[in-house]
Amino acid sequence: MQKGGFNFDLYQRNVELIEKNNYKVPKTTKTGTTIVGVVFSDGVVLGADTRATSGPIVADPNCEKIHRISDYIWCAGAGTAADTENTTGMISLQLELLSLSTGRSPRVRTALTLLKNFLFRYHGYISAALVLGGVDFTGPHLHMIHPHGSTSTLPYISMGSGSLAAMAVLETGYNSKMGEEDAKSLVHQAILSGILNDLGSGGNVDLCVIKHKSMEFFRNIDTTNSKRKFRKKLPYMFKSGSTKILEKEIKEKMEKMEIVNEKENEIEELEEL
Amino acid sequence: MAGKNCVAIAGDTRFGVRNQTVALDSNRIFKINNRTLFGMTGLNTDILTLRESFKFQMNLYNLEEEREISPKTFAHNVAQTLYSKRFGPYFITPIIAGLEGEDYTPFLCATDLIGAMEFPKSFVVAGTGEESLMGVCETFYKENMEPDELFEVISQCLLAAVDRDALSGWGSVVHVLTKDGITTKRLRTRKD
Repeated sequence: MQKGGFNFDLYQRNVELIEKNNYKVPKTTKTGTTIVGVVFSDGVVLGADTRATSGPIVADPNCEKIHRISDYIWCAGAGTAADTENTTGMISLQLELLSLSTGRSPRVRTALTLLKNFLFRYHGYISAALVLGGVDFTGPHLHMIHPHGSTSTLPYISMGSGSLAAMAVLETGYNSKMGEEDAKSLVHQAILSGILNDLGSGGNVDLCVIKHKSMEFFRNIDTTNSKRKFRKKLPYMFKSGSTKILEKEIKEKMEKMEIVNEKENEIEELEEL
Repeated sequence: MAGKNCVAIAGDTRFGVRNQTVALDSNRIFKINNRTLFGMTGLNTDILTLRESFKFQMNLYNLEEEREISPKTFAHNVAQTLYSKRFGPYFITPIIAGLEGEDYTPFLCATDLIGAMEFPKSFVVAGTGEESLMGVCETFYKENMEPDELFEVISQCLLAAVDRDALSGWGSVVHVLTKDGITTKRLRTRKD
């Protein structure tokens, strides 16, 4: 079985395939994205759009970009989808083990350090740009992490291809004395601005509100972009038998065989004698 | 494509090296267990390698867990195997289709070449004709189709898309998976 860590076995072969044979490499799913975080009086609000693209095609119109690191520490990710998923998953694992071995609830700062050290080791080859937010016993925290491993701590953050559109909304609307409803509404508007103005972002709006010992996840809080208004009511009906078949094979579901031990009876007979 | 308590996978059977056709009967859709079907497109050598690799892992799973793997767990297994080769990936695009749980709820999963999963409720597409496939599936897909209708819809989608893609065709297979078993049908496509 394979050991932990990345496996570079196929790297040489792939380089030759691409350079010498002009192989058309399948596209990775990217998350284009608008992700936003805002600190308010009691906690943190994280927001994200839900579009995952594969080149110019929308691979997943409703993916989840806000990942759980710990119960009250969540992370929104932009960049290559596989990288954000696996990076946040790995750090979530490490944080859980750490909190169990220290007997203390995890801190946002710890998650930040684990993430930045991990990403720096790979010098930007792991393309994950993250907005990390959470509330621990020291209060609410919000950080941004770039793929090369640099971090910033700010009261409001936007990242991804739609970050400019979102930042415009945040700069206009942010004030340091916001309450929960204002913060939610601001994040919502910022994500919506990204969805409408940036081609790499789209779909629905996801929000995550984290306060002290409480977390509310609003999945698809805004779906106005996903409802196709003029959809044909009666879809095309294919009549049964319209496709010509060459061969047909039906395999019934194979039940597991039960093996009955027949030797037990023989032993009983010997004892009687 | 998912229907009502059933799923179907369809694929063509051409194996070629760029514009030259090498074989007409290459099967890229494999049965993992009674509830899971697994299809791959891309570099043929990686398809063959991964077929053996997953067969091995599933045999081990069956021996250790003494039960069959659920489609969702298998999908995560595929994603992990692909991501372990993040820098130097397998050049494949896999699709997992299955029936999950006691209610036989349809389960679909597609990943990219490094294991980023997506779980749509309607249909997943992969291959050289994936853009045509996406268009035609989006048009013809309906919710809650019975197995017969699901077969018709997925066949017509595949045939339409395959006709518009020079690198696909030369025969096709459709597997429809329901709680009673798998029905496999071969279709006639254009031979060009």
